[in-house]
Amino acid sequence: MRNIRNILCFVFLLLPPCAFAADHAAANGEDNGKTFDAKEVIFGHIGDSYEYHITEINGHAVAVPLPVIVHSAERGWFVFSSSKVTHGDTYKGFFIQHGGQYDGKIVELSSTGEITRPFDLSITRNVFALLLSCTLLLLIFLPMARTYRKKPLAVHGKFHNIMEVVILYLNDDILKPALGDKAPRFAPYLLTVFFFILINNLMGLVPIFPFGANLTGNISVTLVLALFTYVITNVFGTKGYWKDIFWGDVPTWLKVPIPLMPLIEFISTLTKPFALMVRLFANIFAGHMIILVLVSLIFIFTAIMGVAVGSGVAVVSVLFSVFMYMLELLVAFIQAYVFTMLSAIFIGLAQVDEHKEKKESGKEIQAAG
Amino acid sequence: MNLFLPESGLVIWMLVAFTLVFAILAKFAWPYIMGSIATRQKHIADSLQKAEEATLALAGLEQKGKDIINAAQAEQLKMLKETKAINEKMISEAKAQAKVEAQKIIDDAHEQIKRDKEHAIMEIRQEIASLSIGIAENILKRELQDKTEQSKYIDRLLKEQTGATPAS
Repeated sequence: MRNIRNILCFVFLLLPPCAFAADHAAANGEDNGKTFDAKEVIFGHIGDSYEYHITEINGHAVAVPLPVIVHSAERGWFVFSSSKVTHGDTYKGFFIQHGGQYDGKIVELSSTGEITRPFDLSITRNVFALLLSCTLLLLIFLPMARTYRKKPLAVHGKFHNIMEVVILYLNDDILKPALGDKAPRFAPYLLTVFFFILINNLMGLVPIFPFGANLTGNISVTLVLALFTYVITNVFGTKGYWKDIFWGDVPTWLKVPIPLMPLIEFISTLTKPFALMVRLFANIFAGHMIILVLVSLIFIFTAIMGVAVGSGVAVVSVLFSVFMYMLELLVAFIQAYVFTMLSAIFIGLAQVDEHKEKKESGKEIQAAG
Repeated sequence: MNLFLPESGLVIWMLVAFTLVFAILAKFAWPYIMGSIATRQKHIADSLQKAEEATLALAGLEQKGKDIINAAQAEQLKMLKETKAINEKMISEAKAQAKVEAQKIIDDAHEQIKRDKEHAIMEIRQEIASLSIGIAENILKRELQDKTEQSKYIDRLLKEQTGATPAS
């Protein structure tokens, strides 16, 4: 009984991307001769869009329109539903460009006849997912905090217990080793980051509306997360940390007249959050991409070699997709963990105590002598 | 490719949303959750400590109880011994006293018997004297009638009295 349920779950999980890809194949199949455009399918899914595409029935897209909020340099603010422009229409001078510099983005024709990009604050699929995940975070942790405040010693429900295990694990095994007695100060940020990344990773894996957006696999999001870590690291950095950067324990000729070491140290403060940004982005991005490629393979083979080969490939693809989903589930946790751990370590490294530092280097000198 | 370029709209939304969530959770959620967990951890640690102490105290109490019982048993034994000794002493004393008492009674009885005997002897003597006087009276009466008969009678009387035959 349980096995059947599990199998059904897998089928259910895999259906939407299949259906999604199939629609495109069907849509393209109408032209008879045009091959299945895997690139469009994959990047259409991985990238952002102005509507929540669910499926396509008889060539008509079934999608949830989202609000478009744009600011034209010439005409000011505009707010309208994305359904007004997604079918290739032009609404009040705004349309979605296909190809070119602003591929897939809303553009407008300026008075001089040039295609310009307005300031775009639209609630796109990713922004929608972002707001949804933030709401979920608040809905999870605010009631939890309330029950905990009311009855700190009571036994809480299963869900809160699971959360507590995760929080305790993060606190005891990541925050305390990395930050020592300063852990309580940075715990709110690191816990928020962990659960934000985790919930978005998991939401990205559920391929049905209102989930399935590739938020943590979007560079804008990871950029902001890395920026937070960077700002917190440097704003709360101690004197010892800044001294290590600009006047570290290296021979003077490395610092004066050409500030070689300070320059390298300063660049290293930038590369750390940059690595954070790219790591999370690339991992989630690649995970989504692999699953989509595996599913797309079915339609590529069907288009090239016929239905029989396509069906054979489908079995292999689905099996691989299941495997990838399992892996992505693991990656969802690992990447949230890694981002939090590295952030904690970077912040912890900026908390160097000047005296301690001197003592340690003194010891090293003694040991070397 | 624009996939690798951050987009201003999403960056702004992300900045706003994440800052808000971070601020709200940092102010209203994490301190309470972490505080509560810390409180519970402390409570559990304290409880364990207390349980440990209670176990130790209980062990001490048990030891104390055992000591008290042992002491009581020793006391009991001692008291039993003493009682026995007192008992024996009392019995022996009573025996000695009884002996003395009995001796005294026996002595008294002897004395009484002696006195009674002397008294009896005295009475016997008086009786003998009165008898002798009676006899003498009778003899004196006979002497006046017949001298031979008198002497015979005296003989016979003597015979009766002493059981011995007179020389004559």
